[in-house]
Amino acid sequence: MTRSPFLKRITPQLIILAIVLLLNVLVLPDFFTVKFQNGRLFGNIIDVLNRGAPTALLCVGMTLVIATKGIDLSVGAVMAIAGATAASLVVEGQHWTTAVMGALAVGALCGAWNGILVAFLRIQPIVATLVLMVAGRGIAQLITEGTILTFLDQGLIHLGAGTVLGIPTPILIWLSLGSFAAFLVRRTALGLLIESIGINEASSRLAGINSRVLLLCVYVVSGIGAAVAGVIVTADIQGADANNAGLWLELDAILAVVIGGNSLLGGKFSIVASLLGAMIIQSVNSVILLSGMPPEFNLVIKALLILAILVIQSPKVSHIIYILRASTPPAKVDRPNPAKELKR
Amino acid sequence: MTNDSLPMLHATGISKFFPGTIALDDVDLTLHRGEIHALLGENGAGKSTLIKCLTGVYRRDGGAIMLDGQTVDPTSTNHSQSLGIGTVYQEVNLLPNLTVAENLYLGRQPMRGPFVARRAMNEAARTSLKGFGIDIDPAQPLSTYSVAVQQVVAIARAVEMSGKVLILDEPTASLDLDEVKLLFSVIRQLKSRGIAIVFITHFLDQVFDLCDRATVLRNGQVVGSRVLKDVSQRDIVTLMLGRQLDTAPSAAKSAAVGAPLLQIESLGKSGMLDPFSLTIRKGEVVGLAGLLGSGRTETSKLVFGAVRADSGTMKLNGKDISVTSPRDAVAHGFALCPEDRKTEGIIGDLSVRDNIVLALQARQGWLRPIPRRKVDEIAEHYVRTLDIRLANLDVPIRLLSGGNQQKALLARWLATDPDVLILDEPTRGIDIGAHAEIIALIGRLQQDGMALLVASSEMEELVAYANRVIVLRDRKQVGELVGADITSVNIIKAIAAETRHEALQ
Repeated sequence: MTRSPFLKRITPQLIILAIVLLLNVLVLPDFFTVKFQNGRLFGNIIDVLNRGAPTALLCVGMTLVIATKGIDLSVGAVMAIAGATAASLVVEGQHWTTAVMGALAVGALCGAWNGILVAFLRIQPIVATLVLMVAGRGIAQLITEGTILTFLDQGLIHLGAGTVLGIPTPILIWLSLGSFAAFLVRRTALGLLIESIGINEASSRLAGINSRVLLLCVYVVSGIGAAVAGVIVTADIQGADANNAGLWLELDAILAVVIGGNSLLGGKFSIVASLLGAMIIQSVNSVILLSGMPPEFNLVIKALLILAILVIQSPKVSHIIYILRASTPPAKVDRPNPAKELKR
Repeated sequence: MTNDSLPMLHATGISKFFPGTIALDDVDLTLHRGEIHALLGENGAGKSTLIKCLTGVYRRDGGAIMLDGQTVDPTSTNHSQSLGIGTVYQEVNLLPNLTVAENLYLGRQPMRGPFVARRAMNEAARTSLKGFGIDIDPAQPLSTYSVAVQQVVAIARAVEMSGKVLILDEPTASLDLDEVKLLFSVIRQLKSRGIAIVFITHFLDQVFDLCDRATVLRNGQVVGSRVLKDVSQRDIVTLMLGRQLDTAPSAAKSAAVGAPLLQIESLGKSGMLDPFSLTIRKGEVVGLAGLLGSGRTETSKLVFGAVRADSGTMKLNGKDISVTSPRDAVAHGFALCPEDRKTEGIIGDLSVRDNIVLALQARQGWLRPIPRRKVDEIAEHYVRTLDIRLANLDVPIRLLSGGNQQKALLARWLATDPDVLILDEPTRGIDIGAHAEIIALIGRLQQDGMALLVASSEMEELVAYANRVIVLRDRKQVGELVGADITSVNIIKAIAAETRHEALQ
């Protein structure tokens, strides 16, 4: 037992990811081949990392929200709002950095709205965020005035379609933000405090934790993550599509968190495992795409693969394994004996 | 086919393994007809595991169960119920929004055609409950009645469905004295009907009051079975602990008390607690006594800011302070171990280590994490000084026994080095060894100059450690006892005096 608790925690996700990637290799032997052309890395594995960026960005905030026993259904709609904001700002002639700042501010505002509903008005998270999920696309349409708002600002486009040192920008963005968040929650006491309010908010409050402000914060983080994802998606297609940007992506994000082994009942969480979950989902998408199966099978196959992943992780299955392991009674010598004490 | 000389239930060689541990090791239990049999042991001794094996919640890994002379093999609670073994748990397992009669007959309602024969059902319920000596309207929702009545309804249901063996798992834990009396009369009646009754409790007085025999478990093994009229409480305690308790729990009470530390001026909240004033000095233990619902818990919550007071002021060291949330309270050096450990105290899934440093960390803020080495140091220090028994610091706290959980919660607050420590029922539901240790700890903290406010329903305890006892009744302060006046008798008198007073009005 020399493995660190961190590695132990993400082992199931790593195994599943390896299996899904192996499936990719089976349908396309040179899946892992990466070429460097025109100053940019090309390859299927690069595509997985690149296409998975929005889900990965969403699942960071979603992991924190779910750790507090909440859920954020509005992130897809917030993506659309943030994308629309960024696009309309550059169309108005603002510098792209202003546009991005504006989009992030709008994302934070959306998150704060959710957070106030949940933390201060005590509305159930699923209902509270449903409001913005429904209203959000309407707000985005108001911003784009019902059209697909296209733009040619190279600075903004670079965030979605450009590269830095040959690596597509979205990959760098999600990797850096994801690892920053993972680092932040574990190197400060945030992780402990968030887990604690997710497990038992009443106890946490009595222990002196400012649970309301903390709750507000995780929804704000989720909103900002959604805004970044929204900007990337918008920049990638060079236009803000209020109806389709981030559509159903909140569900992928929740799925990524669940595949990451985080309980929807809140408590202990791992951002890294969720990020792996996001990559697993994207790899599943990739298998389906590469297998050349008729597109009408896509969703069904995705559902089946994900069902398989969830069944493997289900508590019932692990309980059965536990029972199988436990059914042999420990020998009586297992009681504390001096020899064992000495060995320690 | 019944043979009166045969025991009602005869379990032999019951064993149960959990991965890595032996929960029950070759346990025998014999219950005679019309016997009230106490099952005793510290937390984690194997009482509940034994019950769960007998009622089919767990599959036993070895041993045989003879019920009424026949070998039985219960596979589920339903199965054991139909065999004749009924169980009533501490938390009543009924549906509070259904009527009493519906609860009694749920799943076996008298029918008229496709409809429930409501009137017949109510009538039957009334007769049945009258047989237990309680006369209530069975058409009312169960939640309108006290926990004791609900407890009796649960017993009635269990007896009517099973009728051979009745297992009562800590039925009196949340009852007051009168309610306990009511419950005991019901249990005695069942005894006279020839039912074999298993009674599990932490209250030894009740065991000697009610039971005929006791079986004592320790570490999953039976350490003895005794006829209670032949032994003393001391003998039983010795069996349970495997060592002699020095004396009855007592703390070294020092009379010397320091300067006033916390002055509470007409603090109250309408509908919850009448305004009260209270001064606590350094090195003083102020006890809060009173019956269930008298306002003990409410007082501690108001002082700690867990509930926001709507009137009154507080002064700490002569300076006005405002405490509107537990966060404020912690910042001012207050600490509260709440009554309900599970829902308001522990963070179940977090490790013992994290639970211990939580309050300190919350006070420091998230930006200043306590270094891992320091965390281990603090946790290990309190595990050692409070004698918290655990496999290692990474165990989730929910897996500890009640007493160890309580000690870990005390550690959480002691780590913040509080000036005012509020304890609400610090010894509820914990085993007798930990009980004595916590009382001794209260004495030590007092001598170190801490101010303590302790709410407890155990009068002997208050007598043992309090310098002053505030008596509460109906959500207001009705009396105060100081020094040598603090005796159980006087506390009861203070509570009862008010009753008489009100009766006169």
